[in-house]
Amino acid sequence: MKDPISLERGLALYRTMTRIRAFENAAEEASKGGVAAFGASLADAQVRGPLHLSTGQEAVAAGVCIHLARTDLMTSTHRGHGHTIAKGASIAAMMGELFGRASGFNGGKGGSMHIADFSVGMLGANGVVAAGIPIAVGAAHALKVRSETGIVACFFGDGAINRGPFLEGLNWAAIHRLRVLFVCEDNRWSATTATDAMTAGDGALARAQAIGVPGEQVDGNDVFAVAGATAQLIAQVRSGAGPRVLHAITYRVKGHVSVDPATYRDGEEVDRALEDDPIPAAHAHLLSMGASKQQLEAIRAEAEAEVDAALKAAAAADWPDRSAAYTDIQDTGAGRWLG
Amino acid sequence: MARMSYAQAACAALERAMSADARVVALGEDVGRGGIFGQYRGLQQKFGAGRVIDTPISEATIMGASVGMALAGLKPVVEMRVVDFALCAMDEIVNQAAKARFMFGGQGRVSLVARMPIGIWSGSAAQHSQSLEAWFAHVPGLVVVTPATPQDNYSLLAAAIESGDPVIYMEHKELWGAQEEVETQARAELGRARVLRSGSDVTLVSWSRMVHTALEAADRAAPRGISVEVIDLRTIWPWDRDAVLASAAKTRRLLVAHESVRAAGFGAEIAAEVAEQLGVRVKRLGGPRIPVGYSKPLEDEARFGSGDIVRALEELIQGEAK
Repeated sequence: MKDPISLERGLALYRTMTRIRAFENAAEEASKGGVAAFGASLADAQVRGPLHLSTGQEAVAAGVCIHLARTDLMTSTHRGHGHTIAKGASIAAMMGELFGRASGFNGGKGGSMHIADFSVGMLGANGVVAAGIPIAVGAAHALKVRSETGIVACFFGDGAINRGPFLEGLNWAAIHRLRVLFVCEDNRWSATTATDAMTAGDGALARAQAIGVPGEQVDGNDVFAVAGATAQLIAQVRSGAGPRVLHAITYRVKGHVSVDPATYRDGEEVDRALEDDPIPAAHAHLLSMGASKQQLEAIRAEAEAEVDAALKAAAAADWPDRSAAYTDIQDTGAGRWLG
Repeated sequence: MARMSYAQAACAALERAMSADARVVALGEDVGRGGIFGQYRGLQQKFGAGRVIDTPISEATIMGASVGMALAGLKPVVEMRVVDFALCAMDEIVNQAAKARFMFGGQGRVSLVARMPIGIWSGSAAQHSQSLEAWFAHVPGLVVVTPATPQDNYSLLAAAIESGDPVIYMEHKELWGAQEEVETQARAELGRARVLRSGSDVTLVSWSRMVHTALEAADRAAPRGISVEVIDLRTIWPWDRDAVLASAAKTRRLLVAHESVRAAGFGAEIAAEVAEQLGVRVKRLGGPRIPVGYSKPLEDEARFGSGDIVRALEELIQGEAK
């Protein structure tokens, strides 16, 4: 494998992945009993509602976002914690949002599926599959109108390529030569159905190439491969050559939502995926690059400590005031009319 | 003051907004050529293809990209051609444009104006003739505007662009050619109705093209001894409850007339509110719940005229005598 990544950058990738993993493990634990579906009952839980985990997919978020500047923009999906953390959002404000507290990025109005941090260019996760694609395209178009040089990273899943906005958005970005890197984080499952069974042809990259948008397919569990492929694609995007697609093949280790036991899957398939965990793989690779075990352990421990502090802060934070249910909706007629 | 058509007035308002604010852009199918109704005529020549942006026939992405533009700081004016086609972009309108500001806790505004003409368009049949203002009025976060005159198409479009909110802007396809003197210094406030004619017996509320039919009906009712107060609602959401309640408190009778289907139309909301607040007699006139047919006799079944409104006014008054 070509290895253009320095040890310092490699450690940064590892840090991002371990922070995502620690955050999601803690959020998963805090969500137990929080969803009235998949046989679970709706009981008191710190994190309410559906929580879509990207456990095992961290290499994609880390490997792409290491190439983004704070001023670059991003759209994400319902499975977006990893992208948000990798873009530089505060873990404490994310946990606050998952806990529904006023301290959260969205003041408790959005939760996991709508998490956003505009201060780092993270323009929102999205509860609708493929809905972030046109938004990313429009954000890139705004950069073009204003002659700004930033780019937009647009994350979506394998299920999204079967929705119309995938074709529409790629076509739009191509004809207007917009600076978008489309990232298909292909975890091979569309909710509780195998994507393969529902998808004709060869997937995201093949479809993109058919309309003249080049790209690369990469092992999404190899953070160094993701980072290496992204470096080249983003250089092309920044040069104004038009949009590019990164098709990263990974695997959704957890169920569709945190309380989904995913019993519809072949256990051996999951076992194989667990052996292909991107974090131990990166650990081994970093040792071979000269990192020490202590160094890597310190990074992991730091991530755990950061998440512990975020959990404590979120649990202690204030609830939003009920009046917040009526704000940030529209200014026209505000105060005159609630209906 | 200048004499303008309804289409020219909107074009003039957009030209003025684009001159004043570099964040305002227009995008949609055929806008570079002036739009299929001429409502963008000359704008691409003046502002360039970078700000008057031709798009593929991709309604979902026209609207979704506009949301992305707005979140990144632009103020797009979005062409959907007709409301019937905007249905291809319902996720982008209802789940994205209307929700983003709230969901993100006030991070980001979706300042956009989505133009989606309504109304029966002679001979255009069921997929080019709908009036769906009530659908959008139901969605928190959206403003819904229905101009009835060239002056209002100038003033209300300007106000919509300035508002900073996602505005569903519904021109009427059979008003494009309507002409009048337009005062380009005039400003309008969204959410304010206008009393077009004073009267003492019945309050008649309408909007869009039906306003003109309502005025005609008021003329015809006068010699029959019925004094009608005609209100152009102008904005469907937020609707001017104060103006309508003040008028109905005076006349003690309310008729709402709209071209859209009567069942679950916005007239039901107004009638219910007035009845709840004032306990006065209310009545609604709207289209029958049928798709608009192509053939003239079938299309005519979906329309009603001033004679029908006069009959409804008489029924409203006679009903009390019984």
